[in-house]
Amino acid sequence: MKFRSVFDIIGPVMIGPSSSHTAGAARIGRVARQLFGKQPEHVDIHLYGSFAKTYKGHGTDVALVGGLLDYDTFDERIVQALDDAEQAGLSLAFYEEEEELEHPNTVRLVLRSGVEEMKITGVSIGGGKVEIIELNDYDLKLSGNGPALFILHHDRYGAVATVAGVLAKHEINISYMEVSRKVRGQTALMVIETDQSITPEIAKEISGLPHMFNVATLD
Amino acid sequence: MFKTISELIDITKAKKLPISEVMILKEIDETGRSRETIVRQMENNLEVMQAAVDRGINEAVESHSGLTGGDAVLINNYLRSGQALSGDFLLNAVSMAVATNEVNAAMGTICATPTAGSAGVVPGVLFGMKDKLKPTKEQMVRFLFTAGAVGYVIANNASISGAAGGCQAEVGSATGMAAAALVEMAGGTPEQAGEAVAMALKNTLGLICDPVAGLVEVPCIKRNAMGASLAIVSADMALAGVKSRIPCDEVISAMHEVGQRMPKAFKETAEGGLAATPTGKLLQDKIFFSTSSQKSRL
Repeated sequence: MKFRSVFDIIGPVMIGPSSSHTAGAARIGRVARQLFGKQPEHVDIHLYGSFAKTYKGHGTDVALVGGLLDYDTFDERIVQALDDAEQAGLSLAFYEEEEELEHPNTVRLVLRSGVEEMKITGVSIGGGKVEIIELNDYDLKLSGNGPALFILHHDRYGAVATVAGVLAKHEINISYMEVSRKVRGQTALMVIETDQSITPEIAKEISGLPHMFNVATLD
Repeated sequence: MFKTISELIDITKAKKLPISEVMILKEIDETGRSRETIVRQMENNLEVMQAAVDRGINEAVESHSGLTGGDAVLINNYLRSGQALSGDFLLNAVSMAVATNEVNAAMGTICATPTAGSAGVVPGVLFGMKDKLKPTKEQMVRFLFTAGAVGYVIANNASISGAAGGCQAEVGSATGMAAAALVEMAGGTPEQAGEAVAMALKNTLGLICDPVAGLVEVPCIKRNAMGASLAIVSADMALAGVKSRIPCDEVISAMHEVGQRMPKAFKETAEGGLAATPTGKLLQDKIFFSTSSQKSRL
């Protein structure tokens, strides 16, 4: 069941005009921002399907950028996000892709700051609900049936155990988990799907653990 | 707990509870949050809906494209003249649905129900029928939980995304949700609520998503007006004892199939239907030409 909460249906409270193309886009942008851990200097935005065809009319561009500036779906500053980005020194490039992907509302973001780079692909499945399907070239196998936790961390022994420990302490059950890395001892990615919601307080507790870089959650 | 409308109705019968209460209990079970927190969040959503309706009715908001706005005020003025043919409560609901979607098109604050493009139907029906049914605040909050329960079933068995299932998935879903919620608020049974959902969905089956210029304006705003009126009529028919010959869950399956087989041109790509009419294309050129010239001035 992709939609689990009554507030997936009655909600979110948001700035118009489209839950999938505006609110969903803002959420994808915000997850990207949280995982990147800071404001990027430049972001390439690749739009697919309906996103590519209608992003201007739906304010998808404005909303994605709002999310990248850490604005929530109901933040009225979303309306002026493109101007805010310019002032904040965030440069942007939009690409309307022709390729047909599995879901019509897909966006791929490439965030850069100096030599740092992060790639993330999200889909907006309706009513403001989103899923992350790819991160730094790793295809994520999340079911989308539970809240998800994304953690970029230092590839060191014990990192997985400490995160699992915090979740256990808060009586959060892990339903799915994957860990990946490109180079031993450098940055690794932990993706965890849970049965219970992960509150901002728990996410904060995890980000404060040793070896953690950035943490993002998706309900 | 429940995946289909028939399972939902079975639970209401077994536990002797209204649909809204089953939804609240499921939410507590699913999220582990307290009833108080959950109800408070829904009260907040209700306040956002009320504020959007008030704004649209009083302000004659205009969208950024200049394509839409001010119709809620027109309908409301006409309503006050006492000339309304379709009945005061029905037209009141219509004006409030339009008000919500005009605020949405103007990038104002709304609550998606189930989506932003279809955000007018549920609050339109709720606030439009308020004077007739005189609900308490608790009943109004329950209205939203009942609507949510129906939307939850549709979202998981068909779709609530125009890009995936056409407008039937958006305004169609909202219409079914509002119809069921209105039945419960008017004192009808959960079975009658299910019949109302079936009748509402049957009448939006196949509705395409063809937004002019890709904007959530034409025809979205007026389709919310249609959705609000259809929800009220469906609720009335169900309360009168009319039953759908095709069971509600089968209607939802049909809706899923229709959405799957609907051509891409009719699924929020602005490439077909009204978006592809000569006037639709002309408006698109006009809007994007003026936006790009605005940008070049900056």
